[in-house]
Amino acid sequence: MSQVDTHSQHDHHDHGPEKGLKRWLFTTNHKDIGTMYLIFSLVMFMTGGAMAMVIRAELFQPGLQLVEPGFFNQMTTMHALIMVFGAVMPATVGLANWMIPIMIGAPDMALPRMNNWSFWILPFAFTMLLLTLVMPGGGPAGGWTMYPPLIQQTGIALPFLIFAIHMMGISSIMGAINIVVTIMNMRAPGMTLLKMPLFVWTWLITAYLLIAVMPILAGGVTMLLTDQYFGTTFFNAAGGGDPVMFQHIFWFFGHPEVYIMILPAFGIISEIIPTFSRKPLFGYESMVYATASIAFLSFIVWAHHMFTVGMPIAGQLFFMFSTMMIAVPTGVKVFNWVSTMWRGAMTFETPMLFSLAFVFLFTIGGFSGLMLAIAPVDFQYHDTYFVVAHFHYVLVPGAVFGIMAGVYYWLPKWTGNMYDERLGKLHFWLSTIFVNVLFFPQHFLGLAGMPRRIPDYATQFADFNMVSSIGGFGFGLSQLLFIYVIVKCARGDVKATDKVWDEPRGLEWTLSSPPPYHSFNVAPEIK
Amino acid sequence: MLAKQGTAYYVPHGSHWPIVGSVGLFSLMIGASSWLNEAAFGKYLFLVGVAILVTMMAGWFGNVIAESEGGAYNLKVDKSFRMGMSWFIFSEVMFFAAFFGALFYARSLSVPWLGGEGNNFFTNLMNWESFQAAWPTNGPANVGGDYEIMGPWGLPAINTLILLTSGATITVAHHAIKEGNRRLLNIFLFLTFALGFLFVGLQGYEYYHAYHDLNLTMGSGIYGSTFFMLTGFHGMHVTVGAIMLTVIWFRTMKGHFLPEHHFGFEAAAWYWHFVDVVWLGLFIFVYWL
Repeated sequence: MSQVDTHSQHDHHDHGPEKGLKRWLFTTNHKDIGTMYLIFSLVMFMTGGAMAMVIRAELFQPGLQLVEPGFFNQMTTMHALIMVFGAVMPATVGLANWMIPIMIGAPDMALPRMNNWSFWILPFAFTMLLLTLVMPGGGPAGGWTMYPPLIQQTGIALPFLIFAIHMMGISSIMGAINIVVTIMNMRAPGMTLLKMPLFVWTWLITAYLLIAVMPILAGGVTMLLTDQYFGTTFFNAAGGGDPVMFQHIFWFFGHPEVYIMILPAFGIISEIIPTFSRKPLFGYESMVYATASIAFLSFIVWAHHMFTVGMPIAGQLFFMFSTMMIAVPTGVKVFNWVSTMWRGAMTFETPMLFSLAFVFLFTIGGFSGLMLAIAPVDFQYHDTYFVVAHFHYVLVPGAVFGIMAGVYYWLPKWTGNMYDERLGKLHFWLSTIFVNVLFFPQHFLGLAGMPRRIPDYATQFADFNMVSSIGGFGFGLSQLLFIYVIVKCARGDVKATDKVWDEPRGLEWTLSSPPPYHSFNVAPEIK
Repeated sequence: MLAKQGTAYYVPHGSHWPIVGSVGLFSLMIGASSWLNEAAFGKYLFLVGVAILVTMMAGWFGNVIAESEGGAYNLKVDKSFRMGMSWFIFSEVMFFAAFFGALFYARSLSVPWLGGEGNNFFTNLMNWESFQAAWPTNGPANVGGDYEIMGPWGLPAINTLILLTSGATITVAHHAIKEGNRRLLNIFLFLTFALGFLFVGLQGYEYYHAYHDLNLTMGSGIYGSTFFMLTGFHGMHVTVGAIMLTVIWFRTMKGHFLPEHHFGFEAAAWYWHFVDVVWLGLFIFVYWL
């Protein structure tokens, strides 16, 4: 054990990273792992995006042009699974890995080896998921919600889908445990809970949600598997089960899951807006309590996804009102972001632009969510493009813009180089314009009755679909610029200062840009 | 020997075990999927995956044990482990919650609905006219054929006694480790996992009895589904817990752990109490009520 003994006496700064591939395969360093998460997420974002391009190309005109309906359904299913589990979640976990230990003054994540495993399960899980596309019978095509009995027609891809989800779940649970333990146990002296940056707070709450609901999803898909292969009848009325029961199990996971995707983005926005408003965050404590309230409420609203499936009237009323209650803490947050900007000395660098777009466009998605929460109204909208427009507004200019804002905000810190502000702004404007061209017309399509997940449509929907597809191609192509900006920044020669921005708050700005391989071996003292 | 609090938090550098574990998991999952699809190689790929994962666990835990015994972990690391294990157990509780949820849903909602309760009069009339809702049931289509239920007061009651006793013996062992009474520790820890394996054995016998004498199978409608999935996953967890305790027993026999520093023991003990509590839920809601 001499190795261990010398280790605890030596200064850590003489430990550089390993050379070559071993560095990335064996690493226990939160920054390396965070980088891998972020790159993986970008790859998945482009993969899922390519599938979205197929969907929008097919929907460019009425009639069947490009792909078989079965393949179209595989594309919608895989697009969702990849974007949810492969793009948004790993991106926020990557940001958590990079930033949380630095923001709380910790030497690393609490359980560094497990951190490596959390990441390295993911590429294998998605390899398995993507392999289903080339299997006989194709990939899963029943939608990412996997409702039985439809999903049970999947064929040989079904167990691959289910086990891929198990692997993603294992990865998420380990990652979430690591984040909770890091935040609860690794804070620098003086960093009390209510001094933590809001990004840390939102991730702490997100991690609780993950630990609570990922096992529920695992249980639900396991029942699908045994119904298919071992003769159980959980979702079969003939045996006393109920296909609707799967929907309950799935959405008990699924609704907290949408907050798992958005809460970290809330945290990022709450870091960025104060920096570029040059004011402290307005209502810090109310932000914390609002986040916790949203997380709590997320457990008692799930059946608003199922109003049309048949439910006792008392259930419909309960889930309607509980869902609408979420607007209260969410309103608190939007109010606080706006109040933070009020009379601030604002500047509009790329991260701030993305944050502003977030506040506007996420709120649009929030309002359409309120409309969907009204049970009798939902009967009209259910499974139409209105729903597609709603959740894409909260997920693309919501979660994804939040992540992009975070990437622009911290990229100079990570790489030590400034990104190209002109190109960043161009990326912002292209993304923001095209995302609205893409999704706003889908509200109208949905209100007019166009069903989702269908490759063909009545000719009355042709105009808006064409507009939407043009927006989609534009948005997709704009993301190539994002990659270019990141690569250019990583190789760039315009050095960033340690503070990067004018008056940023938080421990990350006290470190050099890029930070040393091991930061905070000696915990900073927080006043 | 033990590092005192205040020295640096131990951050391990570079481990090949996680990536080995990923390859093992990948092989296991691909193998299991292919096996279910009746591909000939599936079973072997699955077993290769299991072997890789077992190797990984032995190697990874081996590293951790060596570091722990070498004094690399201060109290803060110990706390991280404690929190990590607690949240892991919480995630396991939620996994069981999904299956208990399915049980409660079937018993109080889907089966009564099939019987015409609430506004489901026509469901019953049009689809399952003669079906009378009751629990247990294998559904209106009598899925899996006639069967007998597994009553609570035979083997399940004995199994309850066994697990509760094992909960007591591990508490004795825990007191012994704190008092430095190694002989008592070794005996009672041995008793604990011996009772655990006895439980698993009896549970296996119960399954044999169910399949061969009662015609109660996984395919016996919703009763068989919930019965075997709940008790099956519980049995798997008891097996894992008993293996954990066995490993800890080998470590106590080698003289590992100190009266004030024995997280490995406590983690296994917590896990053991968790499977114990789940069993009580099973005994009440699956066997008894």
